[in-house]
Amino acid sequence: MADSTPVMEGIDHSLAVKRPRLEVIYEWITTVDHKKIGLMYVGYALLFLVIGGFEALLMRIQLAVPNNHFVSPEVFNRLFTMHGTTMVFFMGMPMLFGFGNYLVPLMIGARDMAFPRLNAFSFWISAFGGLLLYFSYFGGSGLYGAGSAPDVGWFAYAPLTAKAFSPGHSTDYWTLAVFLSGIGSIGTALNIVTTIICMRCKGMKMSRLPLLVWLYLVMSSMVFIAVGPLTAAQIMLTLDRYVGSHFFDTQAGGSAVLWMHYFWIFGHPEVYILVLPAFAFINEIVPVFSRKAIFGYPAMVAASIAIGFISLSVWAHHMFTVGLGPAGNTFFVFATMVISVPTGIKIFNWLATIWGGSIHFAVPMMFCIGFLFQFLIAGLTGIMLSVAPFDWQLSASYFVVAHFHYVLVGAIVFALFGAFYYWYPKVTGRMMSETLGKWHFWLFLIGFHLTFDFMHVPGLLGMPRRIYTYEAGRGWEGWNLIVSIGAIFQVAGIACFVFNLVRSYFRGKIADHDPWDAWTLEWATSSPPPSYNFAIEPTVHSRRPLWDLKHPEDPDSDYE
Amino acid sequence: MMNAANTIPIDAQLEPPWVLPSRGTVGMACLIVAEAAIFIIFFVSYVFYLGKSLTGPYPAQVLKLPIFGTVCLLSSSFTVHFAVSALRRNNLRNCAIGLASTVLLGSLFLLGTAWEWYHLIHDDGLTIRTNLFGTTFYSLVGLHATHVLVGLIMLSIALGISLAGRMKEAHSERLEVLSLYWHFVDGIWVAVFLVVYVIGR
Repeated sequence: MADSTPVMEGIDHSLAVKRPRLEVIYEWITTVDHKKIGLMYVGYALLFLVIGGFEALLMRIQLAVPNNHFVSPEVFNRLFTMHGTTMVFFMGMPMLFGFGNYLVPLMIGARDMAFPRLNAFSFWISAFGGLLLYFSYFGGSGLYGAGSAPDVGWFAYAPLTAKAFSPGHSTDYWTLAVFLSGIGSIGTALNIVTTIICMRCKGMKMSRLPLLVWLYLVMSSMVFIAVGPLTAAQIMLTLDRYVGSHFFDTQAGGSAVLWMHYFWIFGHPEVYILVLPAFAFINEIVPVFSRKAIFGYPAMVAASIAIGFISLSVWAHHMFTVGLGPAGNTFFVFATMVISVPTGIKIFNWLATIWGGSIHFAVPMMFCIGFLFQFLIAGLTGIMLSVAPFDWQLSASYFVVAHFHYVLVGAIVFALFGAFYYWYPKVTGRMMSETLGKWHFWLFLIGFHLTFDFMHVPGLLGMPRRIYTYEAGRGWEGWNLIVSIGAIFQVAGIACFVFNLVRSYFRGKIADHDPWDAWTLEWATSSPPPSYNFAIEPTVHSRRPLWDLKHPEDPDSDYE
Repeated sequence: MMNAANTIPIDAQLEPPWVLPSRGTVGMACLIVAEAAIFIIFFVSYVFYLGKSLTGPYPAQVLKLPIFGTVCLLSSSFTVHFAVSALRRNNLRNCAIGLASTVLLGSLFLLGTAWEWYHLIHDDGLTIRTNLFGTTFYSLVGLHATHVLVGLIMLSIALGISLAGRMKEAHSERLEVLSLYWHFVDGIWVAVFLVVYVIGR
């Protein structure tokens, strides 16, 4: 393996010149380096995670007891609209693109993304979209005195978004923010696909790509097909509001249901766009902490692609209550249930990877175990809701809210936290504190289960989503109180996490280039990696190039 | 990154050279997929609202087949291909001629659209606010015309570079990426023509 990946264990930083702060800021703003852009994406997403989480906290305070007057109904409408929009478009997408930006070139042995300047453009246009959304708090009311931030819900159903029902500028800020975020997402997705196809190092055949890279390839391809319709629908909505066209104007024969279709043609694949990167993190972390190669690599790739395809044909399960007719209902029930097959394959493969491994319960692995359990539950309630008659009963209830938060928080956010603890040493050169990490894990786990397990119950008891308060005596109050108490635990967990992030940057244990004894290429370069990533372009012979390097007597390439 | 193959291979007989697809082509293909998804939604709206306008004018009353514009735009696909293959053979003069005729034909197409819209707005009183037909027609054809305009701007820049004598054979791959976009815009027009002017009437 003499021609294999040379390992670069560290760089002598003593020669580096200390530069003025302004120069450093200027360098970050003008950078086209994929690692810096990735970190800016992650930092920006963390900011919005805190903002969106704060909005959720306000809502939970309002709902903790019946007949509460903590916030007004108008403010409550703005809160859930901003919470949903923020978390999907300005926390979820940038966070996952940030990790993709940072990791994909390193894992395929490239020195940067395929289009570095497009990369910077995509980041800044998304960031501008987020600013625009929150600027609505100042600029939204315009001259009309018609309310500030958008209050139409994160899926902004027609005809509520028509000028007659939503005067002022708040809805326009929402439309523009989502539109710009869509442009940024398409740009970054294009960049990731091109990077994966065109920038692989020597020997990195498609069949040797790390699974994380495969999942980012599938996810980014889905972005083209899913975000396109959203962008088109936003153009139509803007035309309706500004030029007076009639796309969603029921007075002129337009259709409100058409908007629902357009939104969910985007909206459902979007869920998979968000969850595939979570799968990607699990695929990298579980094998390393089980000390085994991933079980069923080809099946995992095939299942990912199958999820990508099937997820494009399930959108109308958000619309069972519209009345799609028996044929439509049957199709979308069936398609929705079929998607649990490739997802099940993935869960079984992760279990098989853990099975018989020598498991290390470090913090990243703990979050992965949490992910596995919670994603399974989320999938099971998903199957319940995929049954049209069941959905007719529970659509737009807190059961649905609990279900999708189980996916978004229980699966995606848990996987993200695992990824933070796993790759933090690579990014900063220091380990995150395990003790604080365990506090974070347990507090967040308890908070998560208190909130979202118990949230199913008021849903089953008939509590609809988006109500700003409720009367006492319906049997909802105890459950809602538990749900709100859970939110406090989650906040405490997040506080541990943020403190850990900051503290470890200055005082964490110094990490060498490969603290987890892992196998993919990003661990072959120093921590943090130099701007050129690899001093010599690596060559790989198997899916686990660093295993080959560490075990020249028994390389993987003999078996693949 | 493309010529990773010229590092010295250890067993040259066994390993084929490491060649990867061109970044420009793959990137443009991705852009085309995303753009196609946007166009499909506008097509769906057009077809979904066919015959649902509450008031006139209706497509059959006011739309005429834009034969001249269609011929111009479709032939511009050939001229841009001519320009690319000329540049590949290092024939700089023919490349400039190909680009100039593409820009000319594309501009003629846009003038045709402008002429059509002038008549529709001025003589037939059809605007984007009139009815669902106006809404979907102007947005779909307008979105396409916007793409033609963007293509024309990029082709004009290429023409300017070519006339300034700075276009070199080495740029043929980049020009080909631009031509892919132009072919896509052409292909969309074929769909617009069929949906709006043939089936929709």
